[in-house]
Amino acid sequence: MPDDLPPERTPVFVDGCRIPFLRSGTGYVDLKSYDLGRMALKGLLVRTGLPPEEADRVVMGTVVQNVQTSNVAREAALGAGFPTSVPAFTVTMACISSNQALASAADLIRTGQAGAVVASGTESLSDIPVQFKKKIRKKLFEARKYSSPGEYVKLLRDLRPSDLVPEIPSISEYSTGETMGESADKLAAKFDVSREAQDEYALRSHEKAVEAREAGHLQDEIVPAASPPDFGPITEDNGVRPDTSLEKLSKLSPSFVKPYGTVTAGNASFLTDGASASLVTSEAKANELDLKPQAVVRDYTFVAQNPKEELLLGPAYAMPQIMSRAGLSFADIDVIELHEAFAGQVLAVLRALEDSTFRSEKLNGTAPSDELPMGKLNSWGGSLSLGHPFGATGVRLVTTAAHRLRAEDARFALVAACAAGGQGHAMLLERHEGAS
Amino acid sequence: MKNDYLELEYTGDDLAILWLDQKDRPVNTISSEALDAYDKAFDAIADSNARAVVIASRKEDSFVAGADVKALQTMEKPHETEQLSRKGHGVLRRVRRTDLPIVAAIHGPALGGGLELALAADYRIATDEDPTRMALPEVNLGLVPGGGGTQFLPRLVGLQQALPMLLTGKSTYPSKAERIGLVDVLTHRDGLLHAAKEAARELANGEIELDRGPKRVSERLLESNTVSRRLIYNRAESRVFNDTKGNYPAPFRILRCVRTGLEKGLEAGFEAEAEAFGELSATEESKQLVFLFFAKQEAEKNPFDDAKARDVRRMGVLGGGLMGAGIAQISAEDDMDVLLKDQDIERAADARETVWQNLTRDVEKGIHSHFERDVIAERVVPVADYAPFGSADLVIEAVPEDLDIKHGVLKELTEELPDDAIIASNTSALPITQIAEPLPRPERVLGMHYFSPVPSIPLMEVIRTDATSEEALATACEVGLRQGKTLIVVNDGPGFYTTRILALFMNEAMLLLEEGAKIDQVDEALEQFGFPMGPYELLDLVGLDTASKITDVLSKLFEERNVTTSAAADKLVEHDLLGQKTERGFYEYEPQEGKRPEKQDVNKSAYRFFGGSDRTRINAELIQQRLALTMVNEAVRCLEDGVLRSARDGDVGAVFGLGFPPFRGGPFRHVDTQDAATVVMRLERLKKAYGDRFEPAPTLREHADEDTAFYDESAPQAEQAAL
Repeated sequence: MPDDLPPERTPVFVDGCRIPFLRSGTGYVDLKSYDLGRMALKGLLVRTGLPPEEADRVVMGTVVQNVQTSNVAREAALGAGFPTSVPAFTVTMACISSNQALASAADLIRTGQAGAVVASGTESLSDIPVQFKKKIRKKLFEARKYSSPGEYVKLLRDLRPSDLVPEIPSISEYSTGETMGESADKLAAKFDVSREAQDEYALRSHEKAVEAREAGHLQDEIVPAASPPDFGPITEDNGVRPDTSLEKLSKLSPSFVKPYGTVTAGNASFLTDGASASLVTSEAKANELDLKPQAVVRDYTFVAQNPKEELLLGPAYAMPQIMSRAGLSFADIDVIELHEAFAGQVLAVLRALEDSTFRSEKLNGTAPSDELPMGKLNSWGGSLSLGHPFGATGVRLVTTAAHRLRAEDARFALVAACAAGGQGHAMLLERHEGAS
Repeated sequence: MKNDYLELEYTGDDLAILWLDQKDRPVNTISSEALDAYDKAFDAIADSNARAVVIASRKEDSFVAGADVKALQTMEKPHETEQLSRKGHGVLRRVRRTDLPIVAAIHGPALGGGLELALAADYRIATDEDPTRMALPEVNLGLVPGGGGTQFLPRLVGLQQALPMLLTGKSTYPSKAERIGLVDVLTHRDGLLHAAKEAARELANGEIELDRGPKRVSERLLESNTVSRRLIYNRAESRVFNDTKGNYPAPFRILRCVRTGLEKGLEAGFEAEAEAFGELSATEESKQLVFLFFAKQEAEKNPFDDAKARDVRRMGVLGGGLMGAGIAQISAEDDMDVLLKDQDIERAADARETVWQNLTRDVEKGIHSHFERDVIAERVVPVADYAPFGSADLVIEAVPEDLDIKHGVLKELTEELPDDAIIASNTSALPITQIAEPLPRPERVLGMHYFSPVPSIPLMEVIRTDATSEEALATACEVGLRQGKTLIVVNDGPGFYTTRILALFMNEAMLLLEEGAKIDQVDEALEQFGFPMGPYELLDLVGLDTASKITDVLSKLFEERNVTTSAAADKLVEHDLLGQKTERGFYEYEPQEGKRPEKQDVNKSAYRFFGGSDRTRINAELIQQRLALTMVNEAVRCLEDGVLRSARDGDVGAVFGLGFPPFRGGPFRHVDTQDAATVVMRLERLKKAYGDRFEPAPTLREHADEDTAFYDESAPQAEQAAL
């Protein structure tokens, strides 16, 4: 993106927030993703003080859709009190869905289509859409034309009990049939990342999350949620394990490639429910509404690779691309927020960036001149410890990056994430001049 | 330790890794020298501190490709080959008996001796990736697996799982291999070494319990005692007899080796195996199969400069019948976009449906995933007119065998087709020169003759005219290779090579019927001779209408040769007895959902076109000679006429296109083994009894007079290949 955009066309990140991320099947088990999204949107309105009618668009990312609310952005926005006149649309791009929501927000502002956009994400893996098999769906569709009750006998014709067994969606690649855990295991082996290294990294994620929680950083991102019937407030993530240790992690058996694989339940992100929301406006609009932007959205990119070979390696392509466009090295970047789908995937991305073959054969001259400094990476925890509600993680990453810029009094933040389908994303933020 | 075959590496103080890495070869092969090297490596390991051993390959995407067939060919048989087998047993016995646990880490093909090496290990880990497969293909070379395969495999996976692998030589792919216990664990390529090392340590620590033998309870029960095992042997034997008509000795010997080993012990089994390996290697059948193995390899290379070949990304197929659909399918399977045009879009869409159905069957067999099927089927695009052909690199026409129709279609096509795009005809008989006649730029026209069913018959006959450019030829061959075809290149002429020799063969079969032969008896005699099916079953498959048109095209040739011809095919066509497509021909057929119709009884009413229902038994050997020698004699004439470039092409074409019995090596090899004088004598006899059509070809007489052969056995293979 050009640096010299006028204030009406310069996208700025005002603020973001999320409801607590909870392990699936726990606190949000009775809710739908629409409920989670609605709570996050409401939380954002409260936190930023944005008059809802000032929003020109609401964008929401999600992955596993509930068909009743297929445009979940619209339902959640109406539910959160946005006026009926604010258009809303849903985007989906696997684990980078809400990164795409943010990218769409930035584009709407850069093109002058909008002045204020809410970019958000929601996911409930406790409420997965279980389907009847196609055969039954077809029969039920035909049944809509039946006029007399007697005709319903046709429904039962050549029906076997096994036809009634529902189809449960699996977290596997449609094109290759491989589960994401298998891909991560493969990727870790390809870059020679040992089981020990993965367990150590997973432990680090939990330790950083515990530190951040104690320092109040996480509280800063979180807006409380509530679940019926008692509506008792939910104020904390429940995936962080302060009591975990290398010893405990090393005892777990591999979950995907058995028995000699290296990815376990302990060094993989867990199934999570959650939602997040953020406000992106033009610089001019922020001034007009007297909002205090935290960062300027400088640039972003999306990349895609062969899902069979490099399913989760996207950040190793996306980060160098965006850094070379901005002429930055890792030394110039202060804050790095990298999505942690699997410890093995994070470490494979880091190794790839240092691997001479990968640098020369895959990066087309964009290879960074220096190494990624671990000290700048995910210092408030990551998806391994905080959780990973697919559609909501992107906004969490950017919110954390913006907050860290402020907390660390820094200038540039780099956000990157991998996604199913072999896709990846990176975004560059610069701290806003006026940010306190 | 590092030598021409391997490198020995010690790791972590407790493990030895035996890296198989044959010098200057893309794959590892098993030879006498390689076995010596393995033996020495195990000496060294025995003297080391290693507690366990991993055997792995340094070759990319290949474990061990099997025995070095070239080396095998030069050995003195049966003694040297038997010795090789014994040597293999020695090394494997050692691998098996060493106190150190041994883990084989398999990625890529593990074939023949390579799989046997892995079978001798204590534990097998394989990758679940595309290149990995396991097979004991020795039977396809007329041999038994000579390195313990007949012994180790049944002990590992059980008799009922082992026998099909041993008797068909077919590959087992990773998921099935794990299911039947052929491998213990599957993992991904990059995790293979790690997994193998872990397993080796766990074995050394006694942490893994090994469970060998059949996996299923029903299999276990059936294989647990001698009586029910006998049942399995007998059943297998009768199936082998049924499949081979007793023409191939190897499967019977394999069964005997397995049986000896299981009933009399491992050592007796090894002994039987070594003996069988030596003896079989000296058989005529094995020599012919080995010849075909190399001849096929040669025929899977582009004989033209492949640098001149166009990179075909988009092609067109005209005609959506079974042939057109088959060509579209095998093209789409190698990434080519296929425009499919028929008289109307509905017919073209039918062809796409055929493709989809074929691919769905492959999904059921585990050859493709659903997603791969969708991607391949989506490359086949039915079109309503020629406009999209403006971007095609190659068009293959497969419209009805009528010169006017072909000319009409091709003229329309050339209005849209780029000037430099190549035009191929899949005609089975019409001379390409005639097809090219009204078209501009004849240098880009040639024949690409496929055989039905296209996806499964290996041969493609490329037909060149005097005008055909090298670019067109190189491109056609390249496309054929991408489609997985075995190639022969022939010169233009009526019926080219394959159809010409087949037409005389079928004419002879018709004459036999006119003389009162029985349909099923003739077919049976030819199956006995080694053809996959007899002439009438084949005629029903090809279609009597097609056969009749072929006869028309070749009529001039028949006249010149003074061949008595049968006009019965036309009569059958008049009465709509076309064969499978009308469910009645020489046989009755039962239609099958989505598949070819199933053959039922002989259609006795067909006899009325051949002199009535009074039938006589004709001596089977006479039937075989009349039909087979008709084909052989005409093949020799094709070589004389310059239609064929070489005897080798003639043999490859007849075996892989027409099903000429592989154990006879092809028409030319058949003459050489029978010796030309005998063949000439038989032809003379037939000529006297049945007429001039049996006049021996001049070259046959020459070879008979001079006591020479088509193949000079003393010349090295490569030179023959370059004939």
